[in-house]
This record gives sequence, C-alpha cells and structure tokens, in this order.
Amino acid sequence: MRSLLQGDRGGQILLTVLAIATVVLPMCNLLLPPDHPWHVSTYQLNLFGKYLCYALLAMSVDLVWGFMGFLSLGHGAFFGLGGYAMGMYLMRQIGDRGVYGNAELPDFMVFLNWDSLPWYWWGFDHFPIALIAVFLVPGLLAFLFGWLAFRSRVNGVYLSIISQAMTYALMLAFFRNEFGFGGNNGLTDFKVILGFPVSAQGTRVALFVASAVSVIAAYLLCRSIVQSRAGRVVVAIRDAEDRARFLGYRVESYQLLVLVISAMLAGLAGALYVPQVGIINPGEFSPLNSIEIVIWVAIGGRASLYGAVIGALLVNFSKSWFTAVIPEYWIFALGALFVLTTLLLPGGLAGIFSKRRVTNV
Amino acid sequence: MKVLAGLLCSLLWSFVGPSLAAEQGDLIDTLSEELRNRKTVEQAIDKIAESESERRALWLEAILEGNLYVRKSDKKAVFAVKEGSGFSLTAASDDASLGTVGKREVSKVKINNALRGKLRTALAQLALTNPDPQKRLAAVEQMLGDLDDDKADAIRQLEKDEPDADVKSLMGLAGSIYQLTVGAKEQKLAVIDSLGINTRPIVVQRLEMLALSDDAEVAASASNMLKKIRSRISLFEKVETLLFGLSLGSVLAMAAIGLAITFGVMGVINMAHGEMIMIGAYCTWFLQHMLPGFIEYSLIVAIPLAFSLTFIVGMVIEFFVIRHLYGRPLETLLATFGISLLLQQTVRTLVSPQNVPVSNPSWLTGQLQIDPALSIAVNRLVIFVFCLLVFAVLMWLLKKTFFGLKVRAVSQNRQMARAMGAQSSRIDAMTFGLGAGIAGVAGVALSQLTNVGPNMGQAYIVDSFMVVVFGGVGNLWGTLLAGLSLGIVNKFLEPWVGAVVAKIVVLVFIILFIQRYPRGLFPQRGRAAGN
Repeated sequence: MRSLLQGDRGGQILLTVLAIATVVLPMCNLLLPPDHPWHVSTYQLNLFGKYLCYALLAMSVDLVWGFMGFLSLGHGAFFGLGGYAMGMYLMRQIGDRGVYGNAELPDFMVFLNWDSLPWYWWGFDHFPIALIAVFLVPGLLAFLFGWLAFRSRVNGVYLSIISQAMTYALMLAFFRNEFGFGGNNGLTDFKVILGFPVSAQGTRVALFVASAVSVIAAYLLCRSIVQSRAGRVVVAIRDAEDRARFLGYRVESYQLLVLVISAMLAGLAGALYVPQVGIINPGEFSPLNSIEIVIWVAIGGRASLYGAVIGALLVNFSKSWFTAVIPEYWIFALGALFVLTTLLLPGGLAGIFSKRRVTNV
Repeated sequence: MKVLAGLLCSLLWSFVGPSLAAEQGDLIDTLSEELRNRKTVEQAIDKIAESESERRALWLEAILEGNLYVRKSDKKAVFAVKEGSGFSLTAASDDASLGTVGKREVSKVKINNALRGKLRTALAQLALTNPDPQKRLAAVEQMLGDLDDDKADAIRQLEKDEPDADVKSLMGLAGSIYQLTVGAKEQKLAVIDSLGINTRPIVVQRLEMLALSDDAEVAASASNMLKKIRSRISLFEKVETLLFGLSLGSVLAMAAIGLAITFGVMGVINMAHGEMIMIGAYCTWFLQHMLPGFIEYSLIVAIPLAFSLTFIVGMVIEFFVIRHLYGRPLETLLATFGISLLLQQTVRTLVSPQNVPVSNPSWLTGQLQIDPALSIAVNRLVIFVFCLLVFAVLMWLLKKTFFGLKVRAVSQNRQMARAMGAQSSRIDAMTFGLGAGIAGVAGVALSQLTNVGPNMGQAYIVDSFMVVVFGGVGNLWGTLLAGLSLGIVNKFLEPWVGAVVAKIVVLVFIILFIQRYPRGLFPQRGRAAGN
C-alpha cells in the first residue's frame, strides 16, 4: 500500500481525507442529535454518496483518457448499464408491493400487457447475479467496442465520436418501451435492497460507506494498474502508439484490458448510484452526461486519478449550489468551464500543484 | 356618351338590381311555412333547388346540416348557431344579423334520411354546374364513390358540354366506374381494359369488388388489372420513399458539409457545429418575427443573413478558442462543446427555452400531384435542389477560386503551403467561418422541415460527424454521397422497423463500418492521406 502511493502526494491526502470521512460522517449522522452544529443530515450524506459515485465514474474515465489517451464520450453508457443492472434487481425486489400488486412482473410490464418476464430479466431476483451483471454487462460492451475499435486502429477524434454514437444509440434504444427496461420512465419506485428499506437512514448510511469504500478501493486498483508494467506500457501507447507497437507490444490487448476495467468501474459507480437516487432512466445515456464526466476529469487534472476525484466532487458541489441559487446560469458556468479549462488550465487543478505532470501529459 | 350609358346602366341597376336580389332572397322567407311542415318540406326543397337564387346552395346546405330555422314571430327563415341556451340568428335571405333569441322562439326545419339523400344530390348537381372548374372537379371527385342512375345520368349529360378538359375526363371516368358496377359483362370487360392502370383508390376498390364477382372472366380480368395497378402503386411508394430519403439525406449532407470542411482542413471537430445550424434557423424566425408581412421573401433574405452571421460567429470562435488549441484535437472538441452549451443557453435566455414558430412561405407548401397515388411535397423537392446548389457553389469556391486553392493547399500540407506564402492562420479562420456559414444556411433550410428550438442543433452533431466519416474525411463528394445514401437507407428502413430503430440500425452500421474502413467510403490517397 505504501509503495502504491509512493510519490503520490495528492493521492495520499485524498485517501486520508476519504477514509476519515467514511468513518466520521456516518457517526455525525447517527450519533449526534439533529440540532447539533456538527450533525450531518441523512439527505446531505446521501448527496455525498451520490458525489462519490460520480468520483468513481470520473476515475474510470481518467484511467482511459489520462493514461491511455482515449477521450471517451461514452462512459455514461457503462455507468447507465451498471445502473440498470442494479435497477433491475431493485425492481424485482419490489415484488407484489407495486401499484398493480403483480409479484411476477414489474409494474411497467403489466402496464404494457406483457404476460411473462423477458429472458434478460431472469435471475435478477438474486443479488449475486445482479452484482455479476453490474460488472459483466458494461465489461462486455466495452470488450466488444474496444475489440472492434482497437483492432482496426481507430483512434483520436474518430474513437471519441464513435463512443458518443454508442451511448447515443443506447439512449434511443432504452427510450423504447419494447426494449423492456421501462422506456421513458426507466426503473424507479424501489422498495428494498437486500431486505432493507431503500430510503431508511441506516440503508443510506450503509450506501454512503459502500460508495466511499469503493472509491478508495478503486483508487488503489487504478493506482496499482498505473504503477504496474502494463500501466507503463499503456502510458507509452498514449504517448507514441506506433513506437510501442514496433517495440513488440500488442497495443490492442493493453488498450482492451484498460478499457474493460474502466467500464467495470463505471458500471459499479452506476450500481451504487441507483439505490441512492432511487431512479435510473435513459437520460443517463445522453451524450451530454458522458461529456460532462470528461469535464470533471479535465478540471481536476488528467492522469492523476486524485484529480479526477477532486474534479468530480468540485463540479458537482458547484452544480448543486448553482441549481439551487441561480439555476439559469449553471449551463453558462458549465460551458465556460469547458472553454476556460481547456484554454487556461490544460493540466487541471492537479496540474497547478505538480508542474511535473503537465509536461508529462 | 359612354359615361352617360354607364350612368344609365348604374341607375337602372339601382332600381332593378336590389329588387331582383330582394326577390331572390325573399324566396326562402316565402317558403318558410312549407319548410316547417313535414308534408310540404320536400316540395319546398324542390322549389329552392329549381330556383335561380344565388343563395340556394347555402340554404340547401343549411337544411342538410340542420342549421336552418324559422323564426316563429314573423315566419322569417334564419341560420341559427347555438349560443349559450339560445341561438344567435342571421337572416337566411341576406346574412343580416338578427341578434340572439331563446330556443323556444325558433323552430328547426326537420328532414329525414330520404330528404338528406335528395339534398346531397341537389347540392352535387349545383356544384357540377358551378362556373369554377376547380369546384366542378371537386364535385365530380366527390361523386365518384356513390353514383346512382340519376347522378350518372346528370354527369353524362353535363360531360357533353363540359369545356374544361380535366373535368371532362374525370366525368368520363365517373361514367366508366359506374359501368363497372351496373354494366353488362361485356361492358365491364371493356371498361376494365379501357381504364388501364389507374391508381385511383376508388378504381382499385371497384376492381377489388369485381375480382370477387361470380363471373370468372370478369373476375380474372379485374384481378389481373388489379395486380398491375398494385405493382404500380408499390413502385410509386418506393419512389416516394426515395424522395423522402433524398430530402432527409440533403439535410444530413448540408449539415455535414460544413463539418467536413473544418475537419478536413483543420482536423478539428467543431462540436458547436449544430449550434451554427440552430443560429441559421433562428435567423429565419427572427426575420419572420420582425417583418411579418414578408414571409414570402423571408427565406431569400435569411440565407445571406444566416450565412454572414454564422460566418462571423465561426471566425470569432476560431480567433478566441480554436487557434489556441492547435494540435490538440481532443481539447478542441471539449472547448467547442462548451461553446455549444453557451450558445444554446444564450438562445434560451434571450429568446425562449421553447421552440419558436417558423412559417413556410406559400411557394414551399403544397404537393405536386403527379398521379393519384404519387404526390411530392414541394418543400422536400426544393430542399434537395437547394442542397445540390449549395454543394455546387462550395465546389466552385474550393476548386475555381484562389481562396479555394489556398484552402486545399493548407489541408494537404500545412508546412509546405506556409512555405509557399499561404497565411495558414488566416486560411484557418476563413475556413472555419465558411464551415460555420454553410451550417447556418443549412439551418435556414432545416427551419422549413423541423421544429426550431435551442436544442435542435444537438441532434445533428453526431449525425453530421457520422456522415463525414462515412464519406471519407477531406472528400466533399463523399460527404454528399454519404449524406444522401444514409438518408435513403434510413427512410427505407423506417416502414420496417420504425423511425427510432432505423436510426439505431444506421448508427450501429456506421460504427461497424468505421471500424472496418476507418477512412470512410472514399479514403484520401497519396500524400494528402498522410498524418
């Protein structure tokens, strides 16, 4: 662990803060009385949990963009698929508590007059299977996408736009009722997760802790990948793909590996996100969402991992603030962030602190 | 002398005219007693139909619709429209307003079904003798479906003296169709032959009935002809789909060409390209909004306005953002995406977050009726022609002008072009402006086809990029061809699988296509393909 974080000052600080928050915030919520100045309300805790999911998502994007040079405009697709997998499990847990009281079918299927559960919903009554799907489905899509793209050496802007088209196509598909995922409304109205009521205080705290622990674990995982020999090769591919190939490395395999891991992390982020916000709908696949993730990473600083986390937290905090105080200016602020960060802050916030990285990227 | 004669005439008219008109108008009032009585209503209707009054069609229609009432107090015939618990009245004789009355003060002219049929026939005959050939045509058209002996006879009589060729031939058709129902076997066979491949729905319907008839010969002949007609109709449907596809393809191509130029020359993706289209569309709206009396000319003015505005916006973006990100295409993508957000939100704040109404000038509406089964919307045709026009102008600009020469030089080899004295930074700015300007022009065209709103551009950025890549970067012919073919494929898929799935299928196809042929349909070869 120490060797993992060696030389990663930002990571050390971030993980320490996160670890403290994981312990202290739930205690502030559970142990302190509501009128205590240090009390953290369940709502706030839930909000933090949501941001941590975004942070995890941003990290997965940083892994492919910062270290591999693939500007993914489609990571929302992996996030959404993970979210849908979890959403399907939560839908099955509703059982006969739905509006139509049908234990066999989710409400929207009853509404569509379907008489049986489609095959791709089989098994989602069981948490382990759903959990496998959370990783497997995004991973599979990433594998398919990457296998086709990297093998034919599609790169640069082409790759970015194709990834955007991928999430766009998924969005169109998920909007359709016939597709069997609730169409426009998506999946919502969840009741319980693992037997605990979804909106209960204890469940929210547990979900927050799960998100925070996932972020810490994912950070260590990413760090270990980046520090490994394979990670070095991936960075080499980013900086000079042809040279890496001429040196004898199978460039596609490395790229594929990193993309699949990144997609799985995004899927995990989606799965943690859905029970905390209580809904998943096709809007998560919209190209705008995916590109917003990229801007979190750009602001935090590419290729630093902790930068992605900081960027995601910072942008989303300010988004919440803007939408509460001056909602009509949020899009202006976001647009300006895109332009100004790319023009003035190529290394992101992390770049301000370590000059070494900027030259590196 | 002439003046005197005119004066005399007008004097005469002032005596006779009104009294004549009054006489004719009064007819309905003199008949009011007969109309109210169930036993005499039929002969009253006959009298109206046979009268020479100009208003007889109005009256008959009102009786048919149940709007003709008689005021009890003075036995005056009135048109009544329900208003609150009573009726608002206008005189049947001259449309003078008579105020509102309670519902007990008037009584309705009541008719039965037999009379309704009679009224319809009478009205149809009136329409058949209308001086306006268009009206006559419509009347015959309406009668085609339910002919009886009387109507067929009436039409046959009128056909002889019919001056208008179109009306005459339609009247002939009406006679033939009637023969199909009532004629003897030989007549039916002869008519089926003489009708030939006629795609009118009514003909198809009659033939379908004949194909089931007991007479084997007639049935065979009818079903044979039916088969020919059906294949003609399906051919027309394909032609129609093709035209739909071409117009969608023209839109795609126009949206993509601007992107193709900037991407081809500068290697950057302008994610704000869709917003240039939006600005162009808003130019149309703005002109129509400011000059509501000049809708007919708004498009003609909007095209140069949209081009110059978006040209300037493009140059500004290039000057302040793009050139500072030179050599970093991915960052350019992000920055221009930010610009697109800013532009959208600006429009939302300045104009409205909702869609704005853009009207079509009258010369763009309507259908070209080529055959009963084939009609072409004029605007789709115009869009296609306009797209070709824009393309031609662009080609001329790039191939025949000095500016075009420099643009091509920079796109092929930036270093060498600079060494030869081309100011690449200025060329870049102009190229970017040109790409944006064409998007603006495309926006004007689009405003005639789709809703104009702040989000309209977003839908086109992925599509346009797909078109550019599919056609092959740096190849405008490829872009045009890719746009048109994608439009056609999309429209042919739609009836099978629905619009959304068609779009998904096309997207997936392109994703797979790019992965197989990363350089598109028409890859650049030779030195230009370098980097």
